[in-house]
Amino acid sequence: MKSQLNEAIIWPLMTEISSIQNTEFTYDSQQRKSPAMEELLDSIRYRDLIYQLIRRDIIARYKRSALGVFWTMLQPLGMMVVMAVVFSTLFRHVEGYVVYVLSGLVAWTFFAQATSAAIFQIVWGGVLIRRIYIPMTTFSISSIGTGIINLALSLIPLLIISLVVGRPFTWAILFLPISAMLLTAFALGVSLILSTMAIYFPDIKEMYQIIILAWMYLTPIVYPTDILPETYRFWFLHLNPMYYMISIFRSPIYDGVLPPADILIPGTLIALATLLAGWIYFANKADEFAYKI
Amino acid sequence: MRPVVILDNISVRYRTPESKVGTFKEYAIQFLKRQVRIREFNALSSVNLKINEGEIVGVIGRNGAGKSTLLKVVSRVLIPTEGRVRLHGWVSPLLELGAGFHPELTGRENIFLNGTLLGHKRREVEEWLDQIIEFAELGAFIDAPLRTYSSGMIARLGFSIATTWKPDILILDEILSVGDENFREKCESRIKSFQKEGATTLLVSHSVESIKAMCSRAIWLDRGVVKADGAVKNILDLYRQSQHEHHS
Repeated sequence: MKSQLNEAIIWPLMTEISSIQNTEFTYDSQQRKSPAMEELLDSIRYRDLIYQLIRRDIIARYKRSALGVFWTMLQPLGMMVVMAVVFSTLFRHVEGYVVYVLSGLVAWTFFAQATSAAIFQIVWGGVLIRRIYIPMTTFSISSIGTGIINLALSLIPLLIISLVVGRPFTWAILFLPISAMLLTAFALGVSLILSTMAIYFPDIKEMYQIIILAWMYLTPIVYPTDILPETYRFWFLHLNPMYYMISIFRSPIYDGVLPPADILIPGTLIALATLLAGWIYFANKADEFAYKI
Repeated sequence: MRPVVILDNISVRYRTPESKVGTFKEYAIQFLKRQVRIREFNALSSVNLKINEGEIVGVIGRNGAGKSTLLKVVSRVLIPTEGRVRLHGWVSPLLELGAGFHPELTGRENIFLNGTLLGHKRREVEEWLDQIIEFAELGAFIDAPLRTYSSGMIARLGFSIATTWKPDILILDEILSVGDENFREKCESRIKSFQKEGATTLLVSHSVESIKAMCSRAIWLDRGVVKADGAVKNILDLYRQSQHEHHS
């Protein structure tokens, strides 16, 4: 019984302990890998926790509502009706405006919700990490994971509307998972940076809500790019990382084509660089979190 | 005897701004004025400690002596500012019962959430699910949302999850006072059985009596420094004496 029990719980890193003298320690604060690497290995080891946190978020969100998960699909539908009514007379010249606005909005909502949730989660997780060891990136990763599930669900009504409105439905749609992956990488990078900052300055949480709203209207989501004055249109768009992310996501749905290379290449670089920077920044500060929270 | 916990020259230094800087704006202003004065405070200074396999060690000391900080260092929550920590085996702090539970999830769902928070695999939680439910004495409530539970039920569930897997190093912050008399006895006997099976225990308590009853060795912490370390009786006598002197 005892040995069976031990086998089940033994620390995965723990190696065979045969000799008593030559004790190998399972944890040594001076023999650690680089923080970023250690955080990566630990978050993989805690993948079951990430799964449970995502499950919790999904269940908790919908458990007490009669329509449950359908809300994820109904919400963008309702949003679309509102947006279509409000803006479609204004942007009458945009063909298939509903799909234009909705494809941008779905991607934006994912980004905004996932990053905000990550900040919230780190505060919640802070209560726990004062008591037990948990790799802190699990909280950001699970927030993004919950976002991906919501994103996938809201794609269903979006694609149906796209067909009804008669947008070109082509093989380019198969590129969408890659678009989503780039968006995810960018969102995770931003989440990690923001949650690290939120540990030091709790107001980031409130400030971010304002920033995200302003940022949304600075990004061509509800309006087409041609309403921007030609003189500064290029810089206005190309200095905004979310412009690339939204365009990469929108092209396959709205235009039925792959994103153009001059958007896809810088977009990919931005997404990966943000993720890498966020991960390294977060991991290097993670040791200090328990001192601050 | 094999050492399972070795602390070499551990210092934990908190750096707090002298005036409370809560907002980014305040920080920016103070930074520009070069007024961010940092107060340093050593929660632990140069602590050396070696605990052997199977030992039951009690930590005593006044409030703010660094007892909880010491437990945090051993449970890997705090990386010490200086010094080296070496641990051998799986450390389980008894998580403040119920931390990490979600009110909307059922007891069963919360078992999975809490079990994985403690670092177990889903498969391991599944394997032990029945025992966890049985020990917590929740009956049919296990599939009801946690918000319908009484505080005693939540504590029972928390304890049951935390102690299902025998840790190599058991960390106890204050003696548990959960549920009714019956359940408390069950808890104590479970902790004792861990110890019989060789789990090393590190225990913090304000109560000199409970340390006397459970431990063979005691460590007296005072303002972040190990003031005395040895057989429980000697240390407790010293501690009592100093307290009398302090009061009179």
